[in-house]
Amino acid sequence: MSDEEEDIILSELSDEELVQQMHDDLYDGLKDEILEGVNILLEREWTPYKVLTEALVEGMRIVGIDFRDGILFVPEVLLAANAMKAGMGILKPLLAETGAPKQGKMVIGTVKGDIHDIGKNLVSMMMEGAGFEVVDLGINNPVENYIEAIEKEDADILGMSALLTTTMPYMKVVIDEMKAKGIRENYVVLVGGAPLNEEFGKAIGADAYCRDAAVAVETAKEYMAQRTHNQSASS
Amino acid sequence: MAETFLPLDSVLTEEGLCASSDLKDKTLLIACGALAREILAIIKINGLQGLILECLPALLHNRPDKITDAVRTKIHDARSRGASKIFVVYADCGTGGHLDTLCMEEEVERIEGPHCYAFFDGLDVFAERAEEEIGAFYLTDFLARQFDTLIWKGMGLDRHPDLRDMYFGNYDRVVYQAQTDDPALEKKARAAAEKLGLDFVKRETGYGELATFINKAASV
Repeated sequence: MSDEEEDIILSELSDEELVQQMHDDLYDGLKDEILEGVNILLEREWTPYKVLTEALVEGMRIVGIDFRDGILFVPEVLLAANAMKAGMGILKPLLAETGAPKQGKMVIGTVKGDIHDIGKNLVSMMMEGAGFEVVDLGINNPVENYIEAIEKEDADILGMSALLTTTMPYMKVVIDEMKAKGIRENYVVLVGGAPLNEEFGKAIGADAYCRDAAVAVETAKEYMAQRTHNQSASS
Repeated sequence: MAETFLPLDSVLTEEGLCASSDLKDKTLLIACGALAREILAIIKINGLQGLILECLPALLHNRPDKITDAVRTKIHDARSRGASKIFVVYADCGTGGHLDTLCMEEEVERIEGPHCYAFFDGLDVFAERAEEEIGAFYLTDFLARQFDTLIWKGMGLDRHPDLRDMYFGNYDRVVYQAQTDDPALEKKARAAAEKLGLDFVKRETGYGELATFINKAASV
């Protein structure tokens, strides 16, 4: 993003300049610079939540937009995600200590037969960045894993991911089992993955298809706001 | 059929293959560039007549969201050039059923299967192996030849080799499906497995159900 050749001393930048520089560094996937930037902002007594939202999440939001627009491609997004993950490694324990607004809880995993977890990992990270608690079931999950986890964790949202045309129908197996157990309406079900589309999401009975991590976050927030509103109205 | 000139693999990967402009009363095969060599071999071995082959760039393998529109354009173009019958020699290839929807709309037939390595193996056998081979990354002859361009470079690993485990960390083996018996290709496939840090398995599939489909196209 930045073509400047001269070395930038992050600690000499103002807060505003530093945050802007961190957005650029995230865009360029510069992990070490992100770690340094996070530490500088914390030393300047920024709250971990403010560092997370203004420096990291906002930076990844820009990356997400350019990915959607075909300006960035998967490798660049992965590098940016690695850099953000490193920054979050510092912030997560601090967030737990200092407290941060909680949006809700999500259980997420790739479906049975599918080991492709890049998209799922991006969603997990962005959801955490947006204040959701995420329980990541990893890859290749049979229906039992999902059902057990959403009940045990008292989750608000179930997220399922698939990359393969052959595995994506398994999402319906999970949703049908939720219906059979009479628990479908207790959860928001979000689905995603390269071969999916909105039509498929509707056909299998998901609440929404999310085309990328940024959309997943926005969709999850909207559903959580609706749930809060509905709960308030009924109490 | 007149001998079709087979371009270099790099051309099949990046540009595809176009036939002569006149397709009047011909049967056109619209295929992935990754299948060109195999389709032409099947045509030659079986002495099939009346088939014309055109290919889309094999690079679309990395951008399945673009395959359906590219095939649609090719179908319309072929009809405007007089093609009497059209067959689509593409697996679903990650289009999530969109390619099938297109084929139904356009009333053309597509070879069955989710991936080319499924119809090389045989769809039933491939499905039976799915659970056991959940961690398999498949290479065909073409993919073995074009591994560096299509996969290593195509996924940005030439610039960022440190991303390898993010892409391939959940895989455990490369399964090389050999369409032909070529020691040089096997060597390339082995090297690819080593580069990815995965075990190597070779399976001789021949042309599998691709041969059945091309023979059917010639007989209609």
